[in-house]
Amino acid sequence: MLNQLLTLFGDYTFQVVALGTGILGLLSGVIGTYATLRKESLLGDALSHAALPGIGIGFLLIQRKELWVLLLGALLSGLLATVIIQVMNRKTVVKLDSALSLILSSFFGLGLVILTAIQNNPNAQQAGLSNFIFGQASAMLSSDVQMIAAVGGLMLLMVVLFWKEFKVFTFDPMFAKTLTLPSRLVEFVLSTLIVVTIILGLESVGVILISALLVGPSIAARQWSNKLGIVMVIAAFVGFVSGVAGTFISSVGTHIPTGPTIVIVLSAIVFISLLFSPKRGILARQIQIKKREKDLMKQLSRGEERS
Amino acid sequence: MSMIVEITLIAVIVAIACALPGVFLVLRGTTLVSDAITHTVLLGIVLAFFITQDLNSPLLMIGATLVGLATVWAIEALQNTRLVSNDAAIGIIFPLFFSIAIVLITRYAGDIHLDADAVIMGELAFAPFRRLVLFGIDVGPRALWTMSVILLGNGLFIYLFFKELKVTTFDAAFAASIGISPVIVHYALMTSVSLTAVGAYDSVGSILVVGFMVGPALAAYLLTHSLKKMIGLTVIFAMVNSIAGVILAFSFDTTIAGMIAVVTGLTTLVVFVFSPRKGLVKASVVRRREQKRVNQKLGLEK
Repeated sequence: MLNQLLTLFGDYTFQVVALGTGILGLLSGVIGTYATLRKESLLGDALSHAALPGIGIGFLLIQRKELWVLLLGALLSGLLATVIIQVMNRKTVVKLDSALSLILSSFFGLGLVILTAIQNNPNAQQAGLSNFIFGQASAMLSSDVQMIAAVGGLMLLMVVLFWKEFKVFTFDPMFAKTLTLPSRLVEFVLSTLIVVTIILGLESVGVILISALLVGPSIAARQWSNKLGIVMVIAAFVGFVSGVAGTFISSVGTHIPTGPTIVIVLSAIVFISLLFSPKRGILARQIQIKKREKDLMKQLSRGEERS
Repeated sequence: MSMIVEITLIAVIVAIACALPGVFLVLRGTTLVSDAITHTVLLGIVLAFFITQDLNSPLLMIGATLVGLATVWAIEALQNTRLVSNDAAIGIIFPLFFSIAIVLITRYAGDIHLDADAVIMGELAFAPFRRLVLFGIDVGPRALWTMSVILLGNGLFIYLFFKELKVTTFDAAFAASIGISPVIVHYALMTSVSLTAVGAYDSVGSILVVGFMVGPALAAYLLTHSLKKMIGLTVIFAMVNSIAGVILAFSFDTTIAGMIAVVTGLTTLVVFVFSPRKGLVKASVVRRREQKRVNQKLGLEK
């Protein structure tokens, strides 16, 4: 058993995939913190679906599976979806949830229309396009991991450079406006960071599950601290651990898909945090309520003795 | 019936059956719960399939509906802890249920005839091949019958409980004070959403169901202030979108459900921009006029 584990850890493919999903989890933990704090957790869900038509159009234009072009297409269609959703929500009576649901399904529908058209068209180069829907982590190459790491490093640098701006905009957009912060620009940059994170994860985790990576780590981290910096660091750690652990479990077993396994590991960490965090946790709160009840009963009985 | 007629008929019936509960989802602002349900019913289908080993068993429908309700319950339980915001609760629960379903399917993929791709995307063009045979007589495509029953059920539900649905949607506190439980009505509505999602998944696929539910209702919502008119307009939009979608899909030789979703998105966006009462153009005209008026009052402009 130990030998098997050692060979697994020494295995090149495992190292590449685990590192890739780990970095991906780390990034989505950091970027997702902004999304969950702004109560836009499900924006990631809508935008990941909205990236699909961009992939299809990218392929149609060059007729080859060139990752850069496909991801650029995904970026553009994701940003277009962001703009439509924000206009619908801000300028008229349409609620955010309706706008998200509508854009999510019509963009995804468009993606399917284009992908089906490509599949009906005989072209050997198209194989693997539908992997973007479910993701295929085992197909990750070390060049993919390098790209994720490079783009991710840039994004983390931006988070550090614009720490103050992002923070004030996340917690108090009105105040940010009075400071003459260009809120529209900050919002656009934040949405772009979310879209880029999603796109980095599309190939390995897939359209449907990447949104879970954006929400889970920050929700788990939020239970352990009230400070943005610490929450972000914990979220990055949780994301990284889920990525590596999910890849590990799926490589040990047979026929276990990586993306869903990562999500299940992540969910387990979220539920443990919700239950056992020392201050906000459900258990801690129950104990506190019991203690208060006891104190109250004590005080009451003391009062009775006195009278 | 020729195949194209059958496909169009199924498309129209699916579209209306989905759009009816959508009216109340849009008004209540809970469309994303339906997004979650449409994903998690997959888990119900898989679990029920493990028990029955039969993809046509009615148990699949019941199992999936139960899991849909369990999703709603789990999301609400998580929201009630007040540890996570409402939307984050949705974002945690449905990927988890969905992931469990995918792991189960992949793990036992060799043994079962259940394909995740098919559930997610669906294909309306195959619907006429699955026939319903009663007493040895071919009575038509199975999807046509199940969706007609679901459409009838949704229609009856809204007709019979119109008052309850209306009052709990617009003023839940008042509804509770006159003895109508918003919780029961909410779960009844979610049952109808789950049933519809299960019924529609094999012709439309689970992701596009959301668009079928939200699109027509949202377009109607942008056009009128009256609930009854909104329901009528929703049905009309559902019909127009689905018929146009089928025609376009045939001429481009591509997925029908996807094309209907695209048409739904387009019509709704057009209504969103040009609606005379609540549209984008109207809103910006009103805003500009107000700004001018304020400026005049302040003496900034003549």
